[in-house]
Amino acid sequence: MAIEIHPLEQFTVERLIPLHIGKLDISYTNSALLMTLAVGLITALTVFGTRKAALVPGRWQSVAEMSYEFVADMIDTNAGHGAREFLPFVFTLFMFILFSNLLGLVPYSFTVTSHIIVTFALAAVVFVGVTIIGFVRHGAHFLRLFVPAGVPAVLLVLLVPIELLSYFIRPFTLSIRLFANMLAGHTMLAIFGGFAASVGFFAIIPLGVDVLLVGLELLVAALQAYVFAILTCLYLRDALHLH
Amino acid sequence: MSEGGPPDPVADPLARLGERLDRARAKRGGEGAAGPDDAAGQGDGQQGAGLGLRIGVEFVVAVVVATGLGWALDRWLGTRPWGTIVLFFLGVAAGMLSVYRAIAGIKMAVGYRRLDGPAGRKPAKDAWDEDEE
Repeated sequence: MAIEIHPLEQFTVERLIPLHIGKLDISYTNSALLMTLAVGLITALTVFGTRKAALVPGRWQSVAEMSYEFVADMIDTNAGHGAREFLPFVFTLFMFILFSNLLGLVPYSFTVTSHIIVTFALAAVVFVGVTIIGFVRHGAHFLRLFVPAGVPAVLLVLLVPIELLSYFIRPFTLSIRLFANMLAGHTMLAIFGGFAASVGFFAIIPLGVDVLLVGLELLVAALQAYVFAILTCLYLRDALHLH
Repeated sequence: MSEGGPPDPVADPLARLGERLDRARAKRGGEGAAGPDDAAGQGDGQQGAGLGLRIGVEFVVAVVVATGLGWALDRWLGTRPWGTIVLFFLGVAAGMLSVYRAIAGIKMAVGYRRLDGPAGRKPAKDAWDEDEE
């Protein structure tokens, strides 16, 4: 009964179409394939869903409109007024993470967001973008973000570094949260799948656990996309509405 | 077909839909007029779950990243072990601050930054919060 279980094998990036420019490896990988798929599906949903633009929406139009309204609502309540111009960015971010997470749950596919380099790239875009927006909107005044109001000067020596640190930690928390959740969830699924493969008749128990876990993972997939988007909104709010 | 009646219900599918919607709403309203409250409760639950997932990572990452930064600074400047020590404590403080802010922000609906209002440290600075709602 020696069935080998490799719960981490699912995260291997494989070159599907090897491509090299000089020493640069730009091969088209399974990760890139899943990203392309996610972008393609989102584009299809939003383009074909709204093509007819009926006053009484059909199923696909409903889905497209609901996701749009969901993100628009999120921005209005969390980023304050004047943040609507960032709707395309937050919407893209939310849909990309959501679709990547959900596509990763399809058996034999690959979870793009389980790689920290991907989530960190997304978080870094948010972080750099928000910082630039802050400086463009407020100039050097943006630095007041790091100076808490109404604090004696002596404490500022201590508080400003803490504020700075908690600001620069944002891209890390943002990326690690998403990455860790996806990695842990998918590893767990694979481990219980491995149990099921190795215990013969009693496989029904780990299999049942796996079924429940898939449900949980669906929730996590949606929730993590939501958390990522809502935190982007909150950071935008800090940059737009300086205290 | 019918003449004179306001919008013809057969020829105008929108009017028909409007009627059906009205009927459905009336029915739901009769069963318990807690429509909006329900929605609000759901929103809270969703936000709560999101928040729970959020703050778990917040503290750990703050400490780990800050300590790592201190360690790197030590290597660079040759000040071992002071950078690591100082930045470890700063990281703990920053982590606590992040968690506190995430928690303090729950009831503010929009909030994340600061809960200055009730403490009244510098109300003038936060006039923006007041004119928001």
